[in-house]
Amino acid sequence: MEEILSIAKKAAQSAEVFQAFATRTPAHFEANRLKQIQTKETTGTALRLMKNGRIGFAQASGLIKPGDLVAMALDTSQFGQEVNFEFPGRQSYPEVKIHDPNIELVSIDDMITLVEQVIDAVRKHTPEILCEASASKGTATFKIANTKGNHATYSRTNFSISVDGVLVRDGDMLFVGDVRSSCSPITDHSLISAEIIRQLDRAKRNASITSRTLPVIFTPYGVASSLLAPLVSALNGKTVFDGASPLKDKLGARILDEKFSLVDDPTIPYGPGSLPFDDEGVPARKNALIDRGLVNQFYYDLCTAALAGTISTGNGSRNGGMPSPSPHALIIDGGEDGFDSMVKNIKEGIIIEQLMGAEQGNILNGDFSGNVLLGYKIENGEITGRIKDTMVSGNVYQLLKAVEALGNDSRWIAGYVRTPSIFCPAISVATK
Amino acid sequence: MKDQLSSALKSNNADYIEIRLEESNSSRIMYRGQRLEEAGRTASVGGNVRALVKGGWGFVSFNDLEKLPEKIALAVEQAKHVGKEESKFSTVPPVIDKVVAEFKRNPLDIPLSVKKDLLDEYNEIMLGTPGIQTTTIGYADGRKKVTLVTSEGAFIEQSRIDLTLRLNAVASRDGDVQQVGLSIGSKGDFSAVENLHGQAKDIARRAVALLSAPQVKGGTYTVVLDPVLAGVFVHEAFGHLSEADHIYENPQLREIMVLGRRFGGKHLNIVDGAAVPGYRGSFKYDDEGMSGTRTYLIKEGILNSRLHSRETAAIMGEQPTGNARAISYQFPPIVRMTNTFIEPGTTTLEEMLSEIKEGVYAREWYGGTTSLEMFTFSAGEAYTIRNGRIKELIRPVMLSGNVFTTLNNIDGIGNDLQMNQGGGCGKSGQSPLPVSNGSPHIRIRNCLVGGK
Repeated sequence: MEEILSIAKKAAQSAEVFQAFATRTPAHFEANRLKQIQTKETTGTALRLMKNGRIGFAQASGLIKPGDLVAMALDTSQFGQEVNFEFPGRQSYPEVKIHDPNIELVSIDDMITLVEQVIDAVRKHTPEILCEASASKGTATFKIANTKGNHATYSRTNFSISVDGVLVRDGDMLFVGDVRSSCSPITDHSLISAEIIRQLDRAKRNASITSRTLPVIFTPYGVASSLLAPLVSALNGKTVFDGASPLKDKLGARILDEKFSLVDDPTIPYGPGSLPFDDEGVPARKNALIDRGLVNQFYYDLCTAALAGTISTGNGSRNGGMPSPSPHALIIDGGEDGFDSMVKNIKEGIIIEQLMGAEQGNILNGDFSGNVLLGYKIENGEITGRIKDTMVSGNVYQLLKAVEALGNDSRWIAGYVRTPSIFCPAISVATK
Repeated sequence: MKDQLSSALKSNNADYIEIRLEESNSSRIMYRGQRLEEAGRTASVGGNVRALVKGGWGFVSFNDLEKLPEKIALAVEQAKHVGKEESKFSTVPPVIDKVVAEFKRNPLDIPLSVKKDLLDEYNEIMLGTPGIQTTTIGYADGRKKVTLVTSEGAFIEQSRIDLTLRLNAVASRDGDVQQVGLSIGSKGDFSAVENLHGQAKDIARRAVALLSAPQVKGGTYTVVLDPVLAGVFVHEAFGHLSEADHIYENPQLREIMVLGRRFGGKHLNIVDGAAVPGYRGSFKYDDEGMSGTRTYLIKEGILNSRLHSRETAAIMGEQPTGNARAISYQFPPIVRMTNTFIEPGTTTLEEMLSEIKEGVYAREWYGGTTSLEMFTFSAGEAYTIRNGRIKELIRPVMLSGNVFTTLNNIDGIGNDLQMNQGGGCGKSGQSPLPVSNGSPHIRIRNCLVGGK
């Protein structure tokens, strides 16, 4: 790193190097049986430099000569983005617990046993189900250094398990599943088994439904697959700066129901999205994006913040290229209603567990539309079965303007968002 | 290097081992509105070892190529930990070959400044259109060389050049935001992304027009799809279900997907094949060293064949089709599509439209996905059809269906096959894989359309 910086410094005004080293060991199951064990190692180095008022950028996976990386970055700096910010100097960072040494103690056989326990429990309930599953553990180390004198590093451990079951019955295909992840080892299979069994129970029969507007409960998975993408896009400082966000003039305005609050919090101990600083070396912090229905804040990286005349919120993330704003760990405030009591209050309605294709629409506008991959019918306060061949569509801003209730069942979905079930009074349903 | 790799493979006790080494270079340019957002270059070196022992697999990927014998030993040890049965893996003749990259107008020979100037032209056209709020443009090109060595004695070196361009125009008025995009791809021909000025103007105008377009009422309609969207449809609605890795270990699905089952009318023929030359899904050998083929998935409406890796073919007792592909050295090869298309029929678009009283004409694509049984795909552009005529612009629609019924509802297949290369396919975390898909215009009865 130091060598890259010192070469870069000779040719450019300032420079920043970011490195990531990761190892991961997944064990994959197919058709209820162990199929493959993997070991994956990755090393990546990214160089950003500022020369003659422009930014050059180059990155390498695997070994590269420092001089070659610098030459590549200099090459692009002739055309690159205009410089409007400075790399941060020495920073002090919050202490965020994200490294659990117990990960080292987990053996492949422990991981295999965990998955087998889930599959056994699920098959005990539904013998003909076929599960595809994986358990994975890993460690990632990130380093950042720049010519302004900042240098820092952190390591994060990760453990995740995902189980997807498919059940083919009378030409019908039913998909159920759960994913959990943490910085610490997951040793108890029961939460995952229970979630999958709950889905199987609710979908036991098929229920019929006609095209109309109905009350809807989004389960935590339903929220993640239907409602989240438009909000994440609209609160992105870059979308706002470009004028492409419907929230661009709404800072401080109440646009959603008072019950709805959304924060990005990367400082939660052992959260899979937690970290002490972002991929530009800016300290991580908790950002209240929507506060009781009010647009409170957008999220920024260094460059976008400079364009917008504000400061970075610590959301610079690298997803295969230069940093850009991205949330780390979103949390939607939970409520007090039990899931069952929400269901009891609905005479006729639907529950959305998984919506397929919701991100394919014009999410900028808040519109979403999708096929209910997994969802249930409610009749007279009871779940009567699975709905199929059904599409729903709506607009996130209209739906969340009047939230009937928030569940007390908050949970993390894939480590990226923690959300309760959300009960909204009306969604448009189209069916055959 | 060849002898070194081959001897490293010999000394281990496994049913099959492969080493895949990869070297790649790419560059990309991204704009958001007036702003050049990123000009960057990437270089990558890495490899993997995959071993098969008694039906179990071990896979090790790495960037450090130095300690290869250790990586091989680890992959074999992992495979042994898994394997408890008999390995089933189709035999293919081990090939020694070197495939150089195909190109017409090589993007790698074109200076970055020329590429940037071209993007500037498109961007100015879009941004200069009244009502356009902003744009996004992403251009990328790159070269990749993959070397495959197997314990059976294959040694294959293949290089390819790939390029993609996405233009997106965003219009905004009174808090309403609409967007229209265009995706282009090519295997080594920069001229594919040149001379798109007219299309850039077109998408910008359409984005603005969408602001005042109404939304369709949700329900079932007779829909006509243009070749681009019909290509996405065939990929999502049927292509994924014909990937044998979804089927081979599922007895119920094997029954449902039995060869000879009728899926559509006699006019329906669906093909996939890397041996169809010149597209982004074309290659000589797949990532298990099997030659690319051309496979009729559906012939005259009947399920004729499916896409295989060497393992799925052996387990199902069918011929391998050369469809095992890995997006990079960080992943093992899995069953993937290549170039997938509906063969042309004899009907014209006018004939298809003429019989429709009320329907939807959907063009271009925004996205698509499948759960195997159910699929959704979204149009980039849509119009109402009334009394046999394409009428007013409506907001882009999402269409959805059930694979076991929808193919049967195709009652018109046009004579105007077109291939689209702008998309990338995602599966099991490996995305976006270069593929192409295509179709002539098709008409589908009773198709579920999402809306108000």
